[in-house]
Amino acid sequence: MIRWIRQQLGFDPPHQSDTRTVYIANKFPQHGHYTPQRFADNRIISSKYTIWNFVPKNLFEQFRRIANFYFLIIFLVQLMIDTPTSPITSGLPLFFVITVTAIKQGYEDWLRHNADNEVNGAPVFVVRSGSLVQTRSKNIRVGDIVRVAKDETFPADLVLLSSDRVEGTCHITTASLDGETNLKTHYSVPETAVSQTVSRLESLQGVVECQQPEADLYRFVGRITVTHHGEEIVRPLGPENLLLRGARLKNTKEIFGVAVYTGMESKMALNYKCKSQKRSAVEKSMNTFLIIYLGILLFEAILSTILKYAWQAEDKWNEPFYNQKTDKERDRSQIWKFITDFLAFLVLYNFIIPISLYVTVEMQKFLGSFFIGWDLDLYHEESDQKAQVNTSDLNEELGQVEYVFTDKTGTLTENEMQFRECSINGIKYQEINGKLVPEGLTEDTLDGSIHCLSHEEELFLKAVSLCHTVQISYDQPDGHAEPFSHINGFSPQMEYYASSPDEKALVEATKRMGVSFMGSRGEIMEVKTFGKAEKYKLLHVLEFDANRRRMSVILETPAGEKMLFTKGAESAILPFSTSGEIDKTRVHVDEFALKGLRTLVVARRLFSAEEFAEVERRLHEARTALHQREERLLQAFNNIERDLELLGATGVEDKLQDKVQETIEALRLAGIKVWVLTGDKHETAVSVSLSCGHFHRTMNILELVQQKSDSECAEQLRRLARRIKEDHVIQHGLVVDGASLSLALREHEKLFMDVCKNCSAVLCCRMAPLQKAKASYRTFLVFLSRGHEYESARPVVRLIKTTPEKPITLAIGDGANDVSMIQEAHVGIGIMGKEGRQAVRNSDYAIARFKFLAKLLLVHGHFYYIRIATLVQYFFYKNVCFITPQFLYQFFCLFSQQTLYDSVYLTLYNICFTSLPILVFSLFEQLVHPHILQTKPALYRDISKNSLLSFKTFLYWTLLGFCHAFVFFFGSYILMGEDTTLMGNGQILRANRQLMFGNWTFGTLVFTVMVITVTLKLALETHFWTWMNHFVTWGSIAFYFIFSLFYGGIIWPFLHTQDMYFVFVQLLSSGSAWFAIIIIVITCLFPDVIKKVFYRHLHPTSTQKSQWWKRTGMYTNRVAIGDDFIALQPLSRAKNQLGKIRNPVKFIEAYQGIGCMDSMCCFSEGRSGCARLGGLVGRVMGRCDPARASRCDLSLSSLCCQQISYKLERDEPVTMHP
Amino acid sequence: MKNEGESSERPDNTAFTQQRLPAWQPILSAGIVIPGFLIIGLAFIGIGIGLFLTSQTIQVLEGPVFFYYGLSNYYQNFRKYGVSTDYYQLSGDTQYFKSPQDSCSPYSYDSQNKPIVPCGAIANSFFNDTFELYQIINGTKKLVPLDGKGIAWWTDYNIKYRNPTLVNGSLANAFDGTSKPLNWPRPAYELDLTDQNNNGFLNQDFLVWMRRAALPQFRKLYRRITEGDYAAGLPAGNYSLTVHYNYQVLNFDGQKKIIFSNVSWMGGKNDFLGIAYLVVGSLCVVMSVVMLIVYAKFKFSEDDV
Repeated sequence: MIRWIRQQLGFDPPHQSDTRTVYIANKFPQHGHYTPQRFADNRIISSKYTIWNFVPKNLFEQFRRIANFYFLIIFLVQLMIDTPTSPITSGLPLFFVITVTAIKQGYEDWLRHNADNEVNGAPVFVVRSGSLVQTRSKNIRVGDIVRVAKDETFPADLVLLSSDRVEGTCHITTASLDGETNLKTHYSVPETAVSQTVSRLESLQGVVECQQPEADLYRFVGRITVTHHGEEIVRPLGPENLLLRGARLKNTKEIFGVAVYTGMESKMALNYKCKSQKRSAVEKSMNTFLIIYLGILLFEAILSTILKYAWQAEDKWNEPFYNQKTDKERDRSQIWKFITDFLAFLVLYNFIIPISLYVTVEMQKFLGSFFIGWDLDLYHEESDQKAQVNTSDLNEELGQVEYVFTDKTGTLTENEMQFRECSINGIKYQEINGKLVPEGLTEDTLDGSIHCLSHEEELFLKAVSLCHTVQISYDQPDGHAEPFSHINGFSPQMEYYASSPDEKALVEATKRMGVSFMGSRGEIMEVKTFGKAEKYKLLHVLEFDANRRRMSVILETPAGEKMLFTKGAESAILPFSTSGEIDKTRVHVDEFALKGLRTLVVARRLFSAEEFAEVERRLHEARTALHQREERLLQAFNNIERDLELLGATGVEDKLQDKVQETIEALRLAGIKVWVLTGDKHETAVSVSLSCGHFHRTMNILELVQQKSDSECAEQLRRLARRIKEDHVIQHGLVVDGASLSLALREHEKLFMDVCKNCSAVLCCRMAPLQKAKASYRTFLVFLSRGHEYESARPVVRLIKTTPEKPITLAIGDGANDVSMIQEAHVGIGIMGKEGRQAVRNSDYAIARFKFLAKLLLVHGHFYYIRIATLVQYFFYKNVCFITPQFLYQFFCLFSQQTLYDSVYLTLYNICFTSLPILVFSLFEQLVHPHILQTKPALYRDISKNSLLSFKTFLYWTLLGFCHAFVFFFGSYILMGEDTTLMGNGQILRANRQLMFGNWTFGTLVFTVMVITVTLKLALETHFWTWMNHFVTWGSIAFYFIFSLFYGGIIWPFLHTQDMYFVFVQLLSSGSAWFAIIIIVITCLFPDVIKKVFYRHLHPTSTQKSQWWKRTGMYTNRVAIGDDFIALQPLSRAKNQLGKIRNPVKFIEAYQGIGCMDSMCCFSEGRSGCARLGGLVGRVMGRCDPARASRCDLSLSSLCCQQISYKLERDEPVTMHP
Repeated sequence: MKNEGESSERPDNTAFTQQRLPAWQPILSAGIVIPGFLIIGLAFIGIGIGLFLTSQTIQVLEGPVFFYYGLSNYYQNFRKYGVSTDYYQLSGDTQYFKSPQDSCSPYSYDSQNKPIVPCGAIANSFFNDTFELYQIINGTKKLVPLDGKGIAWWTDYNIKYRNPTLVNGSLANAFDGTSKPLNWPRPAYELDLTDQNNNGFLNQDFLVWMRRAALPQFRKLYRRITEGDYAAGLPAGNYSLTVHYNYQVLNFDGQKKIIFSNVSWMGGKNDFLGIAYLVVGSLCVVMSVVMLIVYAKFKFSEDDV
């Protein structure tokens, strides 16, 4: 019974079997075994709240935040017991914060409701009782046959039954699911494909069995049983039969499909998940600080309570005659009194935890993040894309990155493939002007012999043009994809569409060379060889998977032969090849790789009739299996793809993106270690690494490749570690391949990390999946362009993340396969590339090009970090200043919890008087000019390791807060005095008037001094004074005065007491109060200024130095070299050293040289100046022989240059050879 | 680019969006700070000397002389004490004469359960010693006239505190049905028997008392000496002070004292302010000298950091 109730309520899913059985059109069997199943309806609910549960649910969620909960507790304490401040003082800000958040969330949810209603109410056509019925989307049930027309989206996950085409195919795009805009062909099984009309569908009897809903978009296993003339036919179903909710029908008039997953069980809905919450390092520090402050708060409260009772032990203090207690108070138990007193102190001091901190931080992050999207430097003209911020929580983390993990294809490269070379039957060819030219020949010698393709060449080209998944689209308004209608008269609009740029490049290349793929219709693929059309029957496609790393097609040639073409990584094909020019091809493949080309090997296999029958049988068996289908398929594929005849290899170039080299160099100078992860083979990867500046020539390249066993791997690691130790001057780069990496990760993590830490560049190639790959449609589609990258990227990122230093990692990539890495890293960046938007949608930030990373990190990251770090520190500082005088006052009022300030001041201090300057500061502050930040990447190191929020700085700010608080309080105390009574008889304007100042005046004096000091302290920190800073800084102080005059100038009818009436005016009317305010403020800020000046001059940070460079316009006189940033002395100082040089003209030349060298480091002037410089520097310094100097050409980290800079650094007199 | 189409994503090229707002970028460096400190230091020393001298010139017995009483170990800033008053009563709202606010407890009702007006601990503990000052001239006592007017805040006297509206022309009737505070010898409307206008809540001494002191050691203004022969100060001579001792302080180890002083343009005698300015000013000067020495020794300059 209970179980039944739970089931009805949805707690307990009803009996879950591994598969679900869907009866087409819900025609349940009249006889025999049938268990009714419950399926979700087709309603999509993305909203979080309903009208009824909004208030409680939203409140509950908000109070789950620890800060809100804390203030709620304080508020409740104030309500329950007699506390020094009214509940309003904490209730009002809390109410404000909660309301603002609730309105925001309510609005967002309202939008979601609207969207849901629109989706759920959309009209759809369903086949019911023999006719087409229009209904609402939410009414679709599992088993319904749904009709979808062209350009409509699918309302549920449908198994395709038939389309208006005879062969029962349709085209869809999944742009809204994974962002891929290319057309994909989906298929129906032949038995249902004939049911193209409603009446025929009505007579269709069939059952779909498939797995229970799961989130993987690219995985679907099922089978359909069609009863045809009393005979049951079973057909396998895969992802190519499933039309996903959210995808859109293209190029097809209409389709019919049976709904298998509906509503929240559809794959789209299952994929809808909340973004994982990443927290930045700053936020973590902030929480630590909050806990420390909570500790201070508790300590102060406990101390006060204890002291109170120590004091009150004597009756004359406890209850003097002028202050008798009520009977009720006397009768209270000691423990109760103790607890209430403790709570009262807690309330009194609770402002030390700043409630507005969270609000301000969130506002800062939210508003501040707009600057990224607004930045013109991050805007990509060609693709009209600007940078995109998906979460503003991590802005400051951009300034803390220590490791960058970057994908190669599409991130460092354009992902625009160009066919370059190929190897056919052991001969190397190049493409020249659309012709295939053997190595050694030029185009001219071949002229006129175009048609003389040898048999091998032709076979190779055919193989390339047949073994792929390229689609053809005809650019027509109608869009009816009728491939063969254009067969005569080559349609200029014909365009190849492929999700893999490699395949596209290859097919296009073969077209140029005379073998053009004309499209496929059903099972027929058509190829035109120099105008002669040939039709091939496509029998099977052996899909790509990341384990096999190859794909194959089985075709029937026009001659009737059964042939297999396969294409894949050389390591996946060469071992299975038995004939052909294996060795020569291998050499060629390696040569291609060295040139940085992406290589593929092509092979074929001819089947005899018996062999083919065997192949058919195996495939069918594997494909119809419901369990372990993937394993079985893999076995079958491996069995088929052997005894291959090698045809040749291709080399495709992927162009590097603009300014990749400069960007990587800048990141390196910034102290960021760059790891490139790629699926390419070792040689290709290294070559690309070198060309993009990831590795440079002077680097010592270490290798950890092809490790077969644990022990071997460990031994190699130890060897590498030794080499690093022996030779620590030079920089090291490490190459790891996927297999060795997994070995190293499994057993020798620590050893591996030691090696990695000492390498400034790491290249992971051949990244193969650690997990068993999913042989899926998706991976198939991304086959070549993505290579086989890298489920293993995630463990690598995690490994670095979890080392004891806990470095901040950043992952950048453009494809769906980078998503895991992007999600795992502290900061995930998506490149808006050609691979769809999966990476962009899962990223925290998205940019159009890799080169933008430099500005994003070096400038924006730097800014955000400095801003938020100062914001956090300042907030704690100002609250210490605020509450400590309150604490000190307790020593003078018998720990009676008397507040020093008026309640209104208590409430408004954080909300009004001191909030805006810090907010504006945290939005606009620029410690260094952005241009300098970008040209001097080493400045990034000044803020690394969360240095501005280190415990030392935190201690500094906190102690500063305490010191200032002491000065405020005791300054006012001494001036007010006991007997000297400055305040005791301050004078009002009229002569001879005597005024007594009371406790509120005292508190107001302290408060005034505090507001001014705290605001000015921020002014001291501000380095970038825009008009807004001026406005809010001086405005805040002015506002405080105006507000106080106003507040004190009126008898407020709704207040119980008029404590503050005219207090402020009376205070200001005393001349000595003014003098007191000035002296206290100056006394507070004086040591701070001194400290700043001394630090700036005696231990300047490079950030501070660079402020001067900007100021004096001399910042070109620094040299940044390699990994070690060395600031040369500026001109004037070097002048002294070089004073001995007699010839001033040459001297100046030398300095220009150094200036050039500097600019070269940052590549602002390109590389052209370098050669000139190399010789020049060598000559000037007389240290380098010309040969060595000229080696400075590419990389500035060459030793020669380092020596030069070291010499200058060590103040050695520089002599000059005439 | 911008004109090409509305769909362009190109961000606006403004100073604001590109973070290029014109800004003043001051740098705290020795070059600015050394002269700055020197100027501030000298200015402060000047002010300090001025303040100190002003404070020194305050001659205690030159007129007008102010007459204070002082209490020590007396906690007017005790929280419960501080809230133990009823503003509505004191602003003359007779509704609250019948039922004082809870905060006044235990000084709200007397033993006959009659409401106390003015209620609360502050009013109840009103300082009620009185003083008479005589100059002894040739053995005879000459009463020094003490001016009790204008010793409270003008706003307190004229706006904040109000007596209840007179009933039948009499203040006493307005207080009908109420009881005087326990410690008071006379009810509020009879505080000053000599001056009818100095009664009720507008009694100047009462107003002075109601403005709570910030610290346990405090003094409050009692009278001014502004009249007659003493307007220009108390001439040297023998004086005698008669104290009508009513107020108990011994039970909380308190002390009472009497202070005569006068004021200058900047307030009462207060050497500390002048000294503070002198100290901070000198520190500024010293620091600027130290910085100069360091500056010279390490040869750092603005363009040679």
